[in-house]
Amino acid sequence: MSSFDELIKSMISGDRRALGKIITLMENDSSSSAYIIPRIHNLTGNAHIVGITGPPGSGKSSIVDKLVSCYRKDGLKVGVIAIDPTSPFTGGAILGDRIRMKQHYTDRDVFIRSMATRGNLGGLSEATGNTIKALDAFGKDVIIIETVGAGQVEVDIVKVADTVIVVSVPSMGDSVQTLKAGIMEIGDIFAVNKADIEGVEKCILEIRMMLELSEKKEGWIQPIIKTYGNKDEGANKLYEAIKEHNKYLIESGHNEKKRIIRGKTELVNILQNLFIRNLYKTISEEEMEELAKKIANREKDPYMIIEELIPRLKKFV
Amino acid sequence: MPEKKLRILIAKPGLDGHDRGAKVVARALRDAGMEVIYTGLRQTPESIVETALQEDVDIIGLSILSGAHNYLFKKVIDLLKKEGAEDIPIFGGGIIPEDDMPYLKEIGVKRIFGPGTSTEDIVSYIKEMTNKS
Ligand code: B12
Ligand SMILES: Nc1nc2c(ncn2[C@@H]2O[C@H](COP(=O)(O)OP(=O)(O)OP(=O)(O)O)[C@@H](O)[C@H]2O)c(=O)[nH]1
Ligand SMILES: [Mg+2]
Repeated sequence: MSSFDELIKSMISGDRRALGKIITLMENDSSSSAYIIPRIHNLTGNAHIVGITGPPGSGKSSIVDKLVSCYRKDGLKVGVIAIDPTSPFTGGAILGDRIRMKQHYTDRDVFIRSMATRGNLGGLSEATGNTIKALDAFGKDVIIIETVGAGQVEVDIVKVADTVIVVSVPSMGDSVQTLKAGIMEIGDIFAVNKADIEGVEKCILEIRMMLELSEKKEGWIQPIIKTYGNKDEGANKLYEAIKEHNKYLIESGHNEKKRIIRGKTELVNILQNLFIRNLYKTISEEEMEELAKKIANREKDPYMIIEELIPRLKKFV
Repeated sequence: MPEKKLRILIAKPGLDGHDRGAKVVARALRDAGMEVIYTGLRQTPESIVETALQEDVDIIGLSILSGAHNYLFKKVIDLLKKEGAEDIPIFGGGIIPEDDMPYLKEIGVKRIFGPGTSTEDIVSYIKEMTNKS
């Protein structure tokens, strides 16, 4: 593992390539994460984590680009994680969110990493949480995460971000309808993007009505902000709202609560994955198949089988 | 579940606006199960190298139809060296005359695929190359 130690050391001292490699290692193999995370964990917890979600093509990447400029003007260091879907048919992906962020490509204080979901549901990739930690340990002041184009169930961003921005766009029919309850509930800030096209006011009204129906966030009124992903106008207001929300989180103590919930999610996730991996180490794919056949032909029921398996599983739980 | 995937950077350097080939190749690699980072048009060698580091790609592919290939490949390779990243293999395609091939090979370009190449050839070349290393 000494090459890992070397990489971690380089990363912490600011080597961008080492950071890139560490992210790949954690993305490809969870035992790498189990080695790396314990060695960087105490360097994390400093960055403000901002999530951006919304329907495909609503302008998430364009808004990220504008926000990065705002942060850079204030001299803050930025990490971006841009997630695109993996094709369920081929397992491949085209990661193109970056295209909208060209102006930051050569800024040494902006690190952009594209990730594919690799079959993960929920709008993030499995390694997103650990990638956030790597960027945090690297010294980023803010980490912006762009989820895959989301509909209603891709709400995992709320588990990793301090501040969630939900992007919607004015459109012909019921624009907000397409966002549905799930995703509306996770928004701390609402951006109505493409505010240059018709129907903005109607869209804002719809969001406002939707918010009135849903549960209130204690002490925080979700602002609705017009943005233009294709010009600089509006980005500043969004930027101010993000800072305002961060301030609210810190002052209200919600920050602390969120962190505890996040810690719990992490624990449960790691344990789950550990269990599944050990399960397949203990019981081979073939044996699993044999057992499944018994269930299928009604020779045994699943609970009966589990009863028999438990002694073998005990050694790792 | 975590698994190893090939990550390929497909970039268009310089002022060349011919992006059909790059897009065709990007799609073919995706369909072969790879993760393709596509940066869009008009990239500088600096931005290509910086992207390769951040995205930790296994290979860099340049698509050049402008005639500036000798300069652009050389520049990217020099910058990779400067960053200590010359181990990232670089290849490409586009309109590149036969006469320039020896020079490109000499500076370290692994392979050039010209017009009419079948994308299957490109996919199998990548698989072969990455298996070796
Ligand atoms: C279509 C086309 C255009 C379209 C481009 C549309 C677009 N968005 O792409 C338009 C009309 C806009 C155009 C404009 C111009 N064009 Co033009 N164009 C062509 C043409 C006819 C076909 C190119 C093409 O799309 N081929 C189809 C794709 C799929 O093939 P490909 O790009 O070659 O890609 C394949 C391989 O090369 C390889 N490959 C390509 N990239 C990569 C990357 C990697 C990593 C790998 C592994 C493989 C690989 O794999 C692909 C699949 O086989 C060619 C002539 C020709 N026969 O090639 C001229 C050509 C490229 N154009 C040419 C010129 C001069 C121009 C203009 C300057 C004309 C002018 N005077 O205004 C402008 C410049 C535009 C600009 N901003 O750069 C010249 C270039 C001359 C040179 N390099 O010395 C050519 C060769 C025509 C000629 N014979 O003179 N053009
Ligand atoms: N008219 C208008 N177009 C915009 C605006 N913001 C973004 N766009 C355009 O909308 C398209 C999609 O923008 P992206 O930023 O790529 O959207 P996205 O939500 O990141 O898309 P995915 O990641 O594919 O889900 C692009 O063509 C942008 O130029 C805006 O405010 N007004
Ligand atoms: Mg995007």
